[in-house]
Amino acid sequence: MTLLTSQEVDYTFLVQARPSKGSEMNSANPVNPDVNRRALIKSVTAASLLAVPAAGLLSACASSGGGTSTEKTGTKTETNPFGVNDTAGLDIVIFKGGYGDAYAKSFAKLYESKHKGSTAAVSSTQDITGKLQPRFNAGNPPDVIDDSGAQQIKLDVLYKNNQLADLTPLLDAPYIDDPTKKIRDVLQPGTIETGSFADGKMRQLSYIYTVWGFWYSGKLFKDKGWTEPKTWADFMSLSAEIKAAGIAPFCHQGKYPYYINVVLMDLIAKNGGLDYVKRIDQLDTAVWDEAPAKTAVEALYEIVTKGYLLPGTNGLTHIESQTAWNEYKAAFIPCGSWLENEQLKATPSDFDMKFMPLPSLPGDKLPFEAIRAGAGEPFIVPEKAKNKAGGLEFLRLMLTKDGSGRFAAAANSLTVLKDGVGAEVKLRPGTASTVVALKAAGSNTFNYNYPNTASQFDTDLGDASAELMAKRITPAQWLQRAKTAAEKAKKA
Amino acid sequence: MQHRKYPFIAGFLVLPVALYLIFVIWPYLQTIGYSLTDWQGQSQTMNFVGIDNYKALFSDDVFMTALTHNLLLLLFLPVITILLALFFAFMLNVGGRGAVGGVQGVRGSALYKVIFFFPQVLSVAILIVLFGAVYRSDGAGLLNGVLIKLNLVSAANPVEWLNDPDLVLWALLAIQIWAGVGFYLVLFSAAMQSIPKDIYEAALLDGAARTQTFFKITLPLLWDSVQTAWVYISIFAMDFFALVAGLTQGTAYGGGPDHHSEVMSTYLMRNFQAFGKSGYACAMGVVILLLTLILSAITLRVSRRDRIEF
Repeated sequence: MTLLTSQEVDYTFLVQARPSKGSEMNSANPVNPDVNRRALIKSVTAASLLAVPAAGLLSACASSGGGTSTEKTGTKTETNPFGVNDTAGLDIVIFKGGYGDAYAKSFAKLYESKHKGSTAAVSSTQDITGKLQPRFNAGNPPDVIDDSGAQQIKLDVLYKNNQLADLTPLLDAPYIDDPTKKIRDVLQPGTIETGSFADGKMRQLSYIYTVWGFWYSGKLFKDKGWTEPKTWADFMSLSAEIKAAGIAPFCHQGKYPYYINVVLMDLIAKNGGLDYVKRIDQLDTAVWDEAPAKTAVEALYEIVTKGYLLPGTNGLTHIESQTAWNEYKAAFIPCGSWLENEQLKATPSDFDMKFMPLPSLPGDKLPFEAIRAGAGEPFIVPEKAKNKAGGLEFLRLMLTKDGSGRFAAAANSLTVLKDGVGAEVKLRPGTASTVVALKAAGSNTFNYNYPNTASQFDTDLGDASAELMAKRITPAQWLQRAKTAAEKAKKA
Repeated sequence: MQHRKYPFIAGFLVLPVALYLIFVIWPYLQTIGYSLTDWQGQSQTMNFVGIDNYKALFSDDVFMTALTHNLLLLLFLPVITILLALFFAFMLNVGGRGAVGGVQGVRGSALYKVIFFFPQVLSVAILIVLFGAVYRSDGAGLLNGVLIKLNLVSAANPVEWLNDPDLVLWALLAIQIWAGVGFYLVLFSAAMQSIPKDIYEAALLDGAARTQTFFKITLPLLWDSVQTAWVYISIFAMDFFALVAGLTQGTAYGGGPDHHSEVMSTYLMRNFQAFGKSGYACAMGVVILLLTLILSAITLRVSRRDRIEF
């Protein structure tokens, strides 16, 4: 767009009589503007009169009917328990997050090699909802989805709308590496429960076995002569030492309240025990008045009041804060075990990433080694998928030693397959330390289910935790907000 | 010629009008329809609930907070953007001194026009990344870095621009003004240039100062453009989705520390996608539509003046 200077424009044509130029809004002649206004009012009245009966019609014709999908199935045999048709293509959608999507492409090749003639197409995205909500509504979803990330389609919503296929046939299918066993026998404890919904059927396979806790640099601690704190009091005194050495003791991914909320809920779980966790999952409102919640919130708040936070951490994104931690600006960061893979490019080669459980609080019902561990990264097969059998078979192939090993190598993380990672698989230091921690935890693992069943409650808790870390609310106010959120969620 | 003109025109109009009806009007009608149901967004099974969604909206604190924020933006965004754009346009076209006829821009106008328009060229995604780094809450952010170097802010307590409930909305407003002024500058420049020079010359001969020229001549003659700009910016202020969703804290489309930068559109998206309350979100959409229509109509009515023909 060239902007003419004043000297170049010829104004003579403007002086001639011509209809008024100007605003595109007002097209009537200026002598009688009321004509336009009357016309406007008339049309608005007419439209509003039409709106009343149209409203009823609109709600009916607004929704277009969902398409019906015809499934091509082959014959069911011993080695083909779902009756996968080898000519049918497989449509896989993966969330491309901390674990990347290289593992999925590896699985697709595995599927194609086991089912000659089929094509398994992997597409990855960070916007699962954006890409797939329209497909669910139109009735043509993909065959297998890794439904995860910030834009995850909430599983409780999919469940309520009957969009999730029942995975019980998968659980009863033979385990490929040892056909005498069923799949349900070789999954880590808690996987089936995590994946089940109100009707008792498992409808999501949480594939990756994730652990959550604090992470630190083994190299930094060795150089400075620091040791892992096992109690919260030790953690506080160590933090004072760390701060004196010019490093921030603690940082977190402030822009996403999810992370610090995990820390808080885990402290509550260790202090209150597994029954307490169940009560929170059931949206019990009385838990927020009891001691474990209070002890945990006040302990976390100590980090804020004693000034142990990395300056500015409350507004940093996950990559910004994790990178600052990699640069030795902070000592501890909370995260799940995807951390190593996510920070692969930013971690110095001698960082020696180490995982530790959350320090114990006085009166803890669970031991120090107890960690939040759970199957995460939900994989679902949509009920209306065109190749449902193929989807189930894809999941079954993921649950083999071959699949598990490929995943560990590509994504630096563990899967829910028991003994899935053989001794020959070389793990990076972070993943290796999670294996050690998981062994030490034994049966003392816990996990919350409310994020799957009550998304608004989860969001409200997150908002409150962010305010707590920013020192804008007190622990007592946090507890009050949690209670109110539970009451609201119970009513919904 | 008159008779054959209309089918000819209609022939050309059919396709654009059809596209408009299918991709703009039909979704609007669908939204109105869905807002009367309890649609959850993941399938086509739903129940008709009448105006329950609308009733729930007005007792929803978060929605009311979001509405207040939109109204705040509505108050400040048009005023500041238009004032700045008018000032710059005036300076760049008429504000200079000492030329023949006394009407030219300040020195370097041609260069300034390019520079001021440049932010408009940046897409909103780039703005988000750019200002994410400018407003970054630790010492590595541009603003904080500068303030720390100037010792106005301590390194142990940097300003968390996007995490401070009192600052976040204004920080976003600043971004939008920075990005938007260029476009309206060009709009007003073009309108100003079509004002005949002899009017300015007459004013100069009568001894008018720059400010008098601006308020008594330029502004009245520019009023149509100002009115257009006002309505256009107001519509944008009722939306304001991208900056909030991309830059602020919170799960699912931000909304700022604890709803302090929530706008109606981000709350709508969160309900539509994350909470599975898609029917409720559609009701919000209809409310936004009605509010925007009413506000536009009021703005047009209130800012009407007799048009001066020249």
